[in-house]
Amino acid sequence: MAIATPGAAPADAPAALSAPMRGRRLRGISRGAGTRRGGSAGRSIMQHLTPWLFLAAAVGLLLLFTYWPAINLFYYSITDWDGIDQQKNLVGLENYLQVFTDPRIFSVFFVSLYYFAASFFQIAIALYFATILSFSTRFSSFFRGVLFFPYLINGVAVGFVFLYLFQPGGTLDTVLGWFGVTEPPQWLGNPDVVNWSLAATSVWRYTGMGFVLFLGAIQSIPHELYEAAEIDGANRWAQFWAIIFPGIRRVVGLTVILAIAGSLSVFEVPFVMTGGANGSSTFVINTLQTAFSYRQVGLASAMAVVLLIVVLVVTWIQRRVFPDEKVDLT
Amino acid sequence: MTTTEEPLRTMPLRTSPPERKIRGRSPLERMRSGSATTAKYTSLVVAAIVTILPLSVLLFAGLKTAPEYAQTGPFTPPENWLNFDNFVTAFVSGKMLEGFVNTTIVLAVSLVGTIFIGTMAAYALDRFNFRGKRLVLALFLVATLIPGVTTQVATFQLINAFGLYDSMAALIILFMGTDIIAIYLFIQFMQSIPVSLDEAAMIDGANRWTIYWRIILPLLRPAIATVVIIKGIAIYNEFYLPFLYLPSQGFISTSLFRFKGPYGAQWEVIAAGTILVIIPTFIAFLLLQRWIYKGLTAGAVK
Repeated sequence: MAIATPGAAPADAPAALSAPMRGRRLRGISRGAGTRRGGSAGRSIMQHLTPWLFLAAAVGLLLLFTYWPAINLFYYSITDWDGIDQQKNLVGLENYLQVFTDPRIFSVFFVSLYYFAASFFQIAIALYFATILSFSTRFSSFFRGVLFFPYLINGVAVGFVFLYLFQPGGTLDTVLGWFGVTEPPQWLGNPDVVNWSLAATSVWRYTGMGFVLFLGAIQSIPHELYEAAEIDGANRWAQFWAIIFPGIRRVVGLTVILAIAGSLSVFEVPFVMTGGANGSSTFVINTLQTAFSYRQVGLASAMAVVLLIVVLVVTWIQRRVFPDEKVDLT
Repeated sequence: MTTTEEPLRTMPLRTSPPERKIRGRSPLERMRSGSATTAKYTSLVVAAIVTILPLSVLLFAGLKTAPEYAQTGPFTPPENWLNFDNFVTAFVSGKMLEGFVNTTIVLAVSLVGTIFIGTMAAYALDRFNFRGKRLVLALFLVATLIPGVTTQVATFQLINAFGLYDSMAALIILFMGTDIIAIYLFIQFMQSIPVSLDEAAMIDGANRWTIYWRIILPLLRPAIATVVIIKGIAIYNEFYLPFLYLPSQGFISTSLFRFKGPYGAQWEVIAAGTILVIIPTFIAFLLLQRWIYKGLTAGAVK
């Protein structure tokens, strides 16, 4: 990293119009009169160094613990390393070939579809409750708290809450029994059902976050718009589509993208509840197992790189579809 | 509870219902709006039940004795509401105490570290013009997109090479090093602190460090509070990092997770342990509601 290179001084000079620079100049005038030339040069180096001194810890940790592992990931992914051996043999793109051709690895991506489908349900629920709670409601802060609280609960605790709920003959089966369902499926034991059960757990856990985001966005819409709509005779349904939805489109877009990225990297709920058994394994669970249980660090790195690229592409699409436009309602 | 409504209701929307009354409505209209109100409250109550029920049946289970648990259904309330034996078992034999202590240590050290590192970085990025500033900002931005869990495949090798494996230091350094959202929150807040304050101090001969330490840091207190809350919740709830890097000691999530083995069949103990983990979150939520809403909204949109 170039710190205070000689070229830095002239490059900096035109930018001196910014306020802190002005401040620095003022100091130069008030105190700099008696200093020797050498002293001011030394201080100029200090001046260039100062921001980097403040940044050192943050940038150092960022490079060391985010970028260095990310770069290493690419390197490991073209080797056959087992994580222990001193020697890493280059194997080219073999690992990537395996990621895309081995059905046991790639098919796991389809498990994400359950969570993806569930996340639309989740967004719809969050949007519905955010809308009705943005109009005057009794006990609104109670309902808001109840809907939001699951989001704050520890992931392992959420996993156990639902393990208990889904037990054979447990809470859910009892409730279904009241409605005459006598032979409920094995919620977590049946491979056809398990992913729906886990996705439902995810919905329970994460709905609160979207709900609070939407509620905040709806409440920042100027209320004169509703008054005008009322006068024009618009009902609540029309108000939702004409005022609320356009007003929070950006937040909804953001949430959809987060849902895509989130459903690709589902980890905690299935890991805690089933450990990936019965066909509930996700791509992240697979990657970590490959690395830490089967000691195939090379292959696992290739899997991590694939996920990384997919997430980056999704985010890039988001930036294209929802550029930072300010929502203008007037 | 009522005071907590304030922050999110900066634009009160309550004007609409009274206006409707002024306008006057036909009986048909009134009937339709009546059934709409019923539907609205019904859906809210159903949602509240769906949220609260799974938690309360777990509380029931945690308060039952082993034979009582075996004989009664999930909806039967416990015979003795003050039977805390399972909680004691979970806390002592289940090593949850160790988990709470370790979590508290890691939480405190990482929070202090994050605050200093984050505010200093934000100060440099907001108050200085220097070469490479845009590059640094871009590095921070791109880093938010990298999914954390999978890169652990490579991070693990690094932690191992530093000899930090199986120590709390590994967790502390990772929690401090990955907090980009905190830096963004600090920058955002710092933009609202007038630069003229810095300038005035500079004329009085203060150097950059003095300005940061004496002026900026104290004024950042509200942002620091927000970061402490969202980061605190995130660390308290973190599962995979302690699972991977601290296998021989307990952390709140991992000590609960380990109940799956030895207590696999004793649901009343697992239930008690789960409730124990949820209680601190619940208390924090009751006390800090408005900060939590504000902080999480700010952190997520960024």
